[in-house]
Amino acid sequence: MTKTFPGVVANREVGLSLRAGEIHALLGENGAGKSTLVKMIYGVLKADSGEMRWMGAPADIRDPARARALGIAMVFQHFSLFDSLSVLENIALGMPADTDRDRLKTRIHELSDRYGLPLDADRHVYTLSVGERQRVEIIRCLLQEPKLLVMDEPTSVLTPQEVAGLFETLKQLAEEGLAVLYISHKLDEIKALCKRATILRGGSVVGSVSVARESAASLAAKMIGEELKEARLRGDGKKRGPVRLEVARLDMPAADEFSIALRDIRLSVRGGEILGIAGVAGNGQDELLAALCGEARAARNNRIRIDGHPCARAGPNRRRALGLASIPGERLGHGAVPEMSLLENGLLTSYRRLGFVKRGFIRRRECRAFVARILKRFRVKAAGDGAVAASLSGGNLQKFIVGREICQSPALLVVSQPTWGVDAGAAQTIRLALRKMADKGAAIVVISQDLDELMSLSDNIAAICAGALSQPVPTDSVTVERIGLLMAGARDAN
Amino acid sequence: MLQLVKRPQPSKAMTYLSPLLALAITLCAGVVMFQAMGVSPGRALHAFFAAPLASKYGWAELGVKATPLVLIGVALSIGFRAGVWNIGAEGQLTFGAICGGGIALWLHRAETGWVLPLVLLCGALGGMAWAAIPAFLRTKFNTNEILTSLMLTYVAILVLSLLVHGPWRDPGGYNFPESRDFSESATLPIILAGTRLHLGWLLALAMVGATWALLARTLVGFQVKVIGQAPAAGRHAGFSLNRMVWFCFMFAGGAAGLAGIIEVSGPIGQLQPSISPGYGFTAIIVAFLGRLHPLGVLFAGLLLALSYLGGEAAQILLGLPLAVTGVFQGMLLFFLLACDVLIHYRIRPRRRMSSAAA
Repeated sequence: MTKTFPGVVANREVGLSLRAGEIHALLGENGAGKSTLVKMIYGVLKADSGEMRWMGAPADIRDPARARALGIAMVFQHFSLFDSLSVLENIALGMPADTDRDRLKTRIHELSDRYGLPLDADRHVYTLSVGERQRVEIIRCLLQEPKLLVMDEPTSVLTPQEVAGLFETLKQLAEEGLAVLYISHKLDEIKALCKRATILRGGSVVGSVSVARESAASLAAKMIGEELKEARLRGDGKKRGPVRLEVARLDMPAADEFSIALRDIRLSVRGGEILGIAGVAGNGQDELLAALCGEARAARNNRIRIDGHPCARAGPNRRRALGLASIPGERLGHGAVPEMSLLENGLLTSYRRLGFVKRGFIRRRECRAFVARILKRFRVKAAGDGAVAASLSGGNLQKFIVGREICQSPALLVVSQPTWGVDAGAAQTIRLALRKMADKGAAIVVISQDLDELMSLSDNIAAICAGALSQPVPTDSVTVERIGLLMAGARDAN
Repeated sequence: MLQLVKRPQPSKAMTYLSPLLALAITLCAGVVMFQAMGVSPGRALHAFFAAPLASKYGWAELGVKATPLVLIGVALSIGFRAGVWNIGAEGQLTFGAICGGGIALWLHRAETGWVLPLVLLCGALGGMAWAAIPAFLRTKFNTNEILTSLMLTYVAILVLSLLVHGPWRDPGGYNFPESRDFSESATLPIILAGTRLHLGWLLALAMVGATWALLARTLVGFQVKVIGQAPAAGRHAGFSLNRMVWFCFMFAGGAAGLAGIIEVSGPIGQLQPSISPGYGFTAIIVAFLGRLHPLGVLFAGLLLALSYLGGEAAQILLGLPLAVTGVFQGMLLFFLLACDVLIHYRIRPRRRMSSAAA
């Protein structure tokens, strides 16, 4: 099947086959085309070309209603439940109006007992945890007695205990003959749950493999791509300065049940060095950035030192004063305010370091010159400094944000996903700018899911998995397979 | 029939048209309401919106009523922009009147120039003190400030009632629950002879200018906007949410307290059990009707002030109940909130589905 969106081929002649009683993994990075494929299977999107066969016969799945009639059910990442209604009422909403409520309730409790999905049909949805809400969605699907269940990244919102429970349920369902299409980019889950996997990269199938015969590392390599780009941006390692950032035995408890606790993080970065931190999404990258830039504060001040100054309990302002700049992974709403002009967004992190505020008043003229410099140096395409951030394309906004930090000439830069969702040209501009900054003596930490990027850009590399960071090693000394193993949680690069 | 379709981008034009549209619908609904009450809509609307402005005195009264609405509305709009929901301006107004009024009563024999500034200052400080309670509870215990600030309103009104029924009752006042009249030196001067328009109106206008400058030109105003629009970006920039909560409550509490003391040392001239016809609550409508922009709030304050005057005129000329004022204000807010849907959505006629089958 092929599906094209303006400017991008989301699926290019993708093929996939599923058997009854099988839990089949659909594996790929963000943007690899997984969601497009399952939306076509469920009738939400229509394929440009290609065909689907259902139990041997060609099937024209025009819309989700048709998919359900055939026996295809889907649990989306985002649930569609009414908070103020009870579980029973929510489920009854999707049923014919003359459904007998008492019988429906009995059915719900039967399914709930049989598949280990504890649920009270009379509770209001707003009182349920995310895991319990997912159970409501699963039971709603099972009531249709489907033959294929599609689950779109079901564990991204679950706690580890809930994940274990979900896996038991899915295995039991598969034993009874249900086919499950399980979408994920978490390798350990796929190793634990699935027999076969179809791997997507850049909209194409790169392999259909037996999971048991693959290692986590080889799966990672297939998912991310083994071949390295030629453009090496690594430094020569001669111009290393003193240690600028030192993190020692940093522990951060999880802020809530869906965030990752950081455990015993140790790293140090010298001037002139780029340290790459690899990892599969959701393994503590956001928490690490928050801890380094001061949005989250550690219990002991000496766990993080910038140029020797302890600052693990200091906030963002104090750390900026010590020379830090940081770029969060989320551009809109975190790195920039969507509905504010570039002028105001330029002010956001620079007003103190560059002295744009005098006696409480903003010095607009000086700030305007600064923003003009960013736009020029990084060739940001925008309708002047009055354009709102949300009106820029992803690549241009990212160039603006990166430029805003680099133009402040910080001694230390921590950046997350510097080129995520950015076109190739802009990505190269950003990588070159980072390298140039390091060559001038700055220390840089790049947190990224793009392993190609890290292999070509970073001098040293480490991987984060479940909140723990591997020992950083010179990038020259490791292979993609080894990094893949570290991303999957192996403790030692050798 | 009709269908709401999400706009790709919020409509700038609707942001400004929505209040006018809401006003027009309110007038239409008013016509229906007067018709149902058996009053000629033409006469009623004339009494409501035109009669009060037929004289210089009427225009001056508009300024008198708009003074507290604009003062409070402008200050509340800062908090609403930052996502700090202070609903208790009425209580802060009342406590400001108590504190400033207390000083005025205490100094009722003093006849020097510094009495009035001192009284006004204490009024503002009183409002800030009352606003400090929900701010403290929110920053310390994460208590919902909507509930605490609202409930404290009733406490403040009861404190005022206790004082004027008890210790502060005028000794020569025939046992009426009122304080003695404030002295000349604790009373706001009139700025337009032959009317009740007082110095407070100029203070309200100054407040509009100051708030505009705060929002457009200062770091604090910038922080207000960032925290309101993108809290995560504010955190990243190192702005403190707790400090913002405190700032918003102190700013609005001070303005409300000032409005309170202006009311009692201006038009009223003494402390009474009831000193405000709900200015602190109406100011919430004023803030949103004015799009949380200082100039917008100024116009919205004048409009809502007119609704108070119109209600009185309709009472006198047509014998309509005072509740008409409240109904008008309520309808205006109701229709405004409804019209605001059009900022993010547009209406389009629903295509008739499968007309062949029908």
